[in-house]
Amino acid sequence: MTDLTDLYQEVILDHNRSPRNFKKLEDANRTADGYNPLCGDHFTLYLKVEDGVIRDIGFQGAGCAISKASSSIMTASLIGKSVAYAEALFDRVHKMLTGGSSATADAEELGKLAVLSGVANFPARVKCASLSWHTLRAALKDEQGVTSTE
Amino acid sequence: MTVLREVKSAPQSWAEPEVAFDVARIRQDFPILAQRVHGKPLVYLDNAATAQKPQSVIDAIQRYYSVENSNIHRGVHFLSERATEAYEGGRIKAQRFLNASSTRETVFVRGTTEGINLVAQSYGRRFLKEGDEIIITAMEHHSNIVPWQMLCEQVGARLQVVPINHDGELLVDEYRRLLNERTKLVSVAHVSNALGTINPIKQIIEMAHSYNVPVVVDGAQAAPHMKVDVQDLDCDFYVFSGHKLYGPTGIGVLYGKEALLEAMPPYQGGGDMISLVTFEKTHYNVLPFKFEAGTPHIAGGIGLGAAIDYVNRIGLDAAGAHEQNLLEYATRALSAIDGLRIIGTAKEKASVLSFVLEGVHPHDIGTILDREGIAIRAGHHCAMPVMQRFGVPATARASFAFYNTKEEVDALVKAMDKVIEVFGS
Repeated sequence: MTDLTDLYQEVILDHNRSPRNFKKLEDANRTADGYNPLCGDHFTLYLKVEDGVIRDIGFQGAGCAISKASSSIMTASLIGKSVAYAEALFDRVHKMLTGGSSATADAEELGKLAVLSGVANFPARVKCASLSWHTLRAALKDEQGVTSTE
Repeated sequence: MTVLREVKSAPQSWAEPEVAFDVARIRQDFPILAQRVHGKPLVYLDNAATAQKPQSVIDAIQRYYSVENSNIHRGVHFLSERATEAYEGGRIKAQRFLNASSTRETVFVRGTTEGINLVAQSYGRRFLKEGDEIIITAMEHHSNIVPWQMLCEQVGARLQVVPINHDGELLVDEYRRLLNERTKLVSVAHVSNALGTINPIKQIIEMAHSYNVPVVVDGAQAAPHMKVDVQDLDCDFYVFSGHKLYGPTGIGVLYGKEALLEAMPPYQGGGDMISLVTFEKTHYNVLPFKFEAGTPHIAGGIGLGAAIDYVNRIGLDAAGAHEQNLLEYATRALSAIDGLRIIGTAKEKASVLSFVLEGVHPHDIGTILDREGIAIRAGHHCAMPVMQRFGVPATARASFAFYNTKEEVDALVKAMDKVIEVFGS
């Protein structure tokens, strides 16, 4: 049986308590809203993208521990990285969350993001973990409107 | 079936009624309750979402498909007569359950949502026009908001919302203020699904009637917990869902006063709702069939009848008293938890307990409780305006049925310790 501690790992609880980059970027040139109508999670993601590089990133909003920690870890992983890197990371994280990849194989590559691999065993929570990632993709594509997990 | 037994002594802090409810015996009627979830005994506290089904309901559905299955109202053969009798038998039970004056007033629908949509699209589009007003309340389920918004858009009417106080009670004076000669319809929940508030609907109906305004009552959360007498209430429409009343999903009842239903156009066209069709003109069927186009959920109607029989055997008064005991016990126990806030503290409440815990999102509470075998609902309960009113994104909600026990409440409280342990708050 999957244990609760696979989901609520210390790193996740830490990011939930003290989310990184939990701020509004006044000079953001890409923003998107992410919304999970199932549970009411709602985040706004702010990006400052220059020359194909994410110079700064921040988020604000409210949600469960999983969605908040996932957003926090995501922002920490993307500062200073290229848009192409972010898009590739989206694919890998998506695969990990939906159980499409082996967590151990990806652990090194994904670094801290691997703590989210436990979510794959809690299907009801996959949308929580993927919310900010879908929002990221919308922001990078500069899509208008609200991204929804439904 | 015997469900009552004498009780000799009552433990403290648990108000035993004179003749106690034999919950252990009742639980045996619900096969699903015997299972284990994640290695723990299932504690099902999500009854406001849907209730579990007693064996008698499961048997009735199985019997229908095993030996009665046939289409209704049209066959001359044995099985069709038998199916028709069983299905219409379910309607008679529903009529008596609501104390409607005849089965012409009890329309089978898919559930409460469809019932409200039927009234909005049939009554609303026929009788409401630009500038008219529809009154709802701030504690409505989305299914008693959105159909009226759609109607408003179609006919140019306006939606007025009666506010609630911080306990989740309707502000009757505000309601009085909103009622006027432009008001053409009032639609209100009998019991709030997110807060548990029991609304003073008799008073609400009286006040609306003083302006000759008909009232729709969303009874989805009330019908499973208290006796409903539509003639005593004098409501114009009353809707409930079978699946929250221990019956199958996909079936519900719309009660409507006969004169109103007669004046309303059909909701959908098709078979069963007509008496004569030519390409020039179609004559509609009599009530209630005018509103029942197509082959209905026959097994559902039969299953709902069996559920009503079951609930009548248990007795809603005794069931309601037991549920009130559970609610009071759980309210006391949960209130004692540091940082826990109960959302919905109306004086008159049904067995719904919504709460939030400081620093922990309801969704995380739901996942941790699930691992302890406890099923609750976490989210906005399809009542997002209620969440906004109380300034929370979501709540955790435990909702009780008559088969729940004090020990299950204890398990819930114990599991909340686990939540606090995981989150270290």
